[in-house]
Amino acid sequence: MAALESPPPGTPSAMRHAFGSVLSALILLLIGVLAFSIRLFSVIKYESVIHEFDPYFNYRVTQFLSKNGIYEFWNWFDDRTWYPLGRVIGGTVYPGLTLTAGTIWWVLNSLNIPLSVETVCVFTAPVFSAFASWATYLLTKEVKGSGAGLAAAALLAMVICSIGIRLIFLLVNIMAMTLIGYWMSCTLFSIGVSFSGIFHKCLLIGFQNVSFLSKWLSLQVPSYISRSVAGSYDNEAVAIFALIFTFYLYIKTLNTGSLFYATLNAIAYFYMVCSWGGYTFIINLIPMHVLLCIVTGRYSPRLYIAYAPLVVLGTLLAALVPVVGFNAVLTSEHFASFLVFIIIHVIALVYYIKGILSPKMFKVAVTLVVSIGLVVCFIVVAVLVALVASSPTKGWSGRSLSLLDPTYASKYIPIIASVSEHQPPTWPSYFMDINVLAFLVPAGIVACFSPLSDASSFVVLYIVMSVYFSGVMVRLMLVLAPAACIMSGIALSQAFDVFTASIKYHLSGSSNSKDDAEDKTSTNNASKDDGSAGKTDKGEESAKERSSRKGKKKEREPADKPSVKSKIVKKKALVLPFEASIVALLLLIMLGAFYVIHCVWAAAEAYSAPSIVLTSQSRDGLHVFDDFRESYAWLSHNTDVDDKVASWWDYGYQTTAMANRTVIVDNNTWNNTHIATVGTAMSSPEKAAWEIFNSLDVKYVLVVFGGLIGYPSDDINKFLWMVRIGGGVFPHIKEADYLRDGQYRIDSEATPTMLNCLMYKLSYYRFVETDGKGFDRVRRTEIGKKNFKLTHFDEVFTSHHWMVRIYKLKPQKNRIRGRAKKLKLKTSSSKSAKKNPWI
Amino acid sequence: MAARIWILAVVVAVFLSLSAFSSAQDLQIVNAERRIDLSSQIVKAFLTLKVENIGKDPVAEMLLAFPPTQIKHLAMVQALAITGKKKKKTYLPLDVKPSEQPDAPNDAGFFIVSFATPLGPGETVKLEVLYILTHSLEPFPVEITQSESQLVYYHDSAVILSPYHIKQQTTFFKTPSTRVESFTSIEPANRAGKEIKYGPYEDRTPYSYTPVIVHFENNSPFAVVEELVREIEISHWGSLQITENYRLTHGGARHKGVFSRVDYQSRRSISGASSFNALLAVLPPRVNSVYYRDDIGNISTSHLRTGFRKSELEFEPRYPLFGGWKATFIIGYRVPLEDYLFEAPDDRRYLNFTFGCPLVETIVNKLTVKVVLPEGSKDPSAVLPFTVNQDLQVKYSYLDIVGRTVVVLQKDNVVPTHNVPFQVYYTFKPIYMLAEPFMLVSAFFFVFVASLAYVHIDLNIAKK
Repeated sequence: MAALESPPPGTPSAMRHAFGSVLSALILLLIGVLAFSIRLFSVIKYESVIHEFDPYFNYRVTQFLSKNGIYEFWNWFDDRTWYPLGRVIGGTVYPGLTLTAGTIWWVLNSLNIPLSVETVCVFTAPVFSAFASWATYLLTKEVKGSGAGLAAAALLAMVICSIGIRLIFLLVNIMAMTLIGYWMSCTLFSIGVSFSGIFHKCLLIGFQNVSFLSKWLSLQVPSYISRSVAGSYDNEAVAIFALIFTFYLYIKTLNTGSLFYATLNAIAYFYMVCSWGGYTFIINLIPMHVLLCIVTGRYSPRLYIAYAPLVVLGTLLAALVPVVGFNAVLTSEHFASFLVFIIIHVIALVYYIKGILSPKMFKVAVTLVVSIGLVVCFIVVAVLVALVASSPTKGWSGRSLSLLDPTYASKYIPIIASVSEHQPPTWPSYFMDINVLAFLVPAGIVACFSPLSDASSFVVLYIVMSVYFSGVMVRLMLVLAPAACIMSGIALSQAFDVFTASIKYHLSGSSNSKDDAEDKTSTNNASKDDGSAGKTDKGEESAKERSSRKGKKKEREPADKPSVKSKIVKKKALVLPFEASIVALLLLIMLGAFYVIHCVWAAAEAYSAPSIVLTSQSRDGLHVFDDFRESYAWLSHNTDVDDKVASWWDYGYQTTAMANRTVIVDNNTWNNTHIATVGTAMSSPEKAAWEIFNSLDVKYVLVVFGGLIGYPSDDINKFLWMVRIGGGVFPHIKEADYLRDGQYRIDSEATPTMLNCLMYKLSYYRFVETDGKGFDRVRRTEIGKKNFKLTHFDEVFTSHHWMVRIYKLKPQKNRIRGRAKKLKLKTSSSKSAKKNPWI
Repeated sequence: MAARIWILAVVVAVFLSLSAFSSAQDLQIVNAERRIDLSSQIVKAFLTLKVENIGKDPVAEMLLAFPPTQIKHLAMVQALAITGKKKKKTYLPLDVKPSEQPDAPNDAGFFIVSFATPLGPGETVKLEVLYILTHSLEPFPVEITQSESQLVYYHDSAVILSPYHIKQQTTFFKTPSTRVESFTSIEPANRAGKEIKYGPYEDRTPYSYTPVIVHFENNSPFAVVEELVREIEISHWGSLQITENYRLTHGGARHKGVFSRVDYQSRRSISGASSFNALLAVLPPRVNSVYYRDDIGNISTSHLRTGFRKSELEFEPRYPLFGGWKATFIIGYRVPLEDYLFEAPDDRRYLNFTFGCPLVETIVNKLTVKVVLPEGSKDPSAVLPFTVNQDLQVKYSYLDIVGRTVVVLQKDNVVPTHNVPFQVYYTFKPIYMLAEPFMLVSAFFFVFVASLAYVHIDLNIAKK
């Protein structure tokens, strides 16, 4: 910029440039800090602890990694889980998150900063959410810089996406307004005292920064907060950053056509593959966009460079991740990318030939190639279809299939359906998670269409796909969040542009008569801009070939420059009445304010609970229910280190991580039969259950029971899934036996099968003695069977609020009494028989 | 070096005592009274002796003998000389050292008490001896269920083991409750309420021993800390950070069979009588930033009361501890530096802090106190009123380069009476305090310089 405008050093413009970039860097930093700190509610309100279920597994893997090193980690066969099968962790885990946290821990420790692995894990997610908000900023900058940014630029003449430049023009803008004196002092003041002050004022009057806005939104969108609060140490924490960053690099490559960014893009994609199974979203979305571009006639060499290296390098790199391996070329999730890869080459060839041949020859060639090509294509497609159809799931994994067909999971795979994250979301959850963004997104989509560029079409495609996916699985709301942010950011920024431009137009219109000097400065600036635009036009081609680093700032600029000329024409066309724009502006700010309030509330209240410790506010203060850790601590200190603990799979990860005991099944639900075995045991009568557990070497059975304090997500409420999953493999378990007239109940109307199954007995054993009636506070009813004894299990531990109950399998009984007696008789007779000869 | 001198002193003392042994029979105990307090898991024995020199030469020391079963559980022996009559009694602490006696019968262990002034012929002196035994109550039955209360055996002798002739002696056992299952009867012996009295016995010869067993109920918390690591980190920026790692166990009769929460919650008085779930730690006054957690996170059941003389932290483990159950936890807190760090006259600094375990009425099997001195400290030396194993380590903490010197003090079998002040002396130059801020400042400086350079250097080959 400085080089292009070439102002002599020391001029106000250079000063403003320097000031602008410092200010923008500072704002970026502040936004990062905000993104980080809004996620610390969980640490402040609760404690610095790992949350929920899956994060405990990741935490345990990270511990192993930090203790044993990377090679041991790849070879790790975990015998603490899926007993007696075990699990090869190194080959079945997405290692991105653990490697990231492990690396952070290693770096910190080699600097002699003794942070524990746990602390590093807890704070990985907030740190990466700050990164993700920066990535969103970059992505939106890319999108608007090439397309819709122009429209904004026409009004304000200066909304160019490089922030530094933008800020200069911001100041120029301000000078053009009659408020110069006030603003200058404000600027000076802000240099000395507070940069944030000017940030707010800029935001109010003249500062339309799409990127900042979208970032502002993204850094605190609740649905993303829910997965990235401190302690939520899950794959998504780093994966969302990787996702957005990959998209950013893709758009960047698309805008620049630089092979450097294409390579970076493949590496970012590799990081994404390492981090999360959701990488298939990228590898399907990008081909779709490429296809869209080709179909709409937007093919360009830049598109080719953006796509072809990604497929080749990305697939090679993805195959390096053990959990993906050959799946990167074998499964149907990746087929779209290869198909588009072929298509883009055909198109590239066509364009190339078109360039060589004369139009007439080209037509002939086309007819020839198309007729042969169609036949070949048909054969290839037929072979592929036959191959794919020969596999039972058509080459798709269960989760992907349930995305394509939302009813698939509930029909065929109860395990996937039983996870609450995999349920379709409800409308309130949309409002809860993306709040006002839901209303801004359509406006953003409209804004993306005026004018439509490669980049903005990508964002449109992204939002459309993510809306669909989030509609299928509530978990994928997470993918929707950044898209919604980008869209709303664009919408808001466009609206701000229009309104502030109108205000400025009115103000400058009135100030013309007052202050000529001001007008001069503004025209001076305009002419300067025009001049620089002319210069840049010349240098445009060379600018593209410049080193990518410096090119970053420069080559977006030329695209915007020509618009400067047309700005005055457009300005008039889009002017709104002064009062209307003021009011609209205020309303928009209020909307933003409400959104901020909602986000802070959601972060503080809804998404900060670590779920292993519950709290309730009663009259005499905060009451803490820490039963899970109580019983895990009990298990870890008071049972033998090799004892096996059976529980429903939800608690598998926590048991291995917190109690360090071997479990039968855990949250990595890879073996349906094994889970069904546990489900069957839980739904069988005591004796049968004892036999199943004994055959699995189980020593302790852990059940979660919320009836005493009213904790709703306990095992009795999950029990029907156990029956369903168990019944799916062992047909003697029938769901109908547990339901009375299709209703699931545990009161006196319940079926005898229900009242005699192990889960019922273990949950309600001696429960009646607490209040004399056995009133279950979750089901709000008295239990059906009250006084019963356990014949095959011993209660060994029940936590303080009865939330976790641990039973021990009684040792195998001695042989039947009668026979034992007979044996005794025999031995005594034999003794006497022996005696005789000696006498 | 100091330790070596110390050992040398002990050796010399032992040597001297050997020579003194020959004059053992010059002493006799005129009157002995022993009161043994069995009300908690720590057995405290108070011995009042009236010693007379019947020989011709003055005697400088006397011996205390302990049976081999007691000597390994002996946590502490203290002796006081009493001078003056009833109201004007003054107590003078005497030097007590362990010693070896080659001709001791049946591996009896000995301690040497040095008199303040050698006892002249015909003179008498009154001594008050306190000794503390740990792990001396043996649960019987070894395993109990939740509803049973805990019964223990205590083995001792009805007469005092001593190398001297004892003219008259009495022994009292104080049990925690009136429930005494049985006690060995050596006439005259009788029981009244919580007290069992053996004696008076007249004219017992040296080394006479009459084993007795007392079987009684003891439901006091048998809280045993198997291992306690206390780390005291000195920061010259104004605070002392203490981190205590506990491995706690219930050392009483093992829990057998079922643990029923219903019984535990509704019939608290009869169910789980020997279990405990509340502990009390006495922390220094002005304590702040107290935390209580374990490997898997915070434990929310604790209350802190701060006072002028001491602070009390009342806390519960995650679950009630029954016999044989274990729990681990960490307590950490911070105290202001000026209360504990002082400057010695010889330009050194010294830390004056309490040794031992802050939990009340607990036995610590293995205590390790680590004093982490600030980076750059030199010549550390520890001063304690009793012998401990000393060691030096190096620890690397925040941005350390050379590491911090750690003085490691290790002692087995620690009881609350060991909670006495100890001192660690070291030299430290305050300039070292600035090392880390300087490092940070220079690191940031280089980052900015590098970015300045990056912005201004154009590495492009092609001309613009």
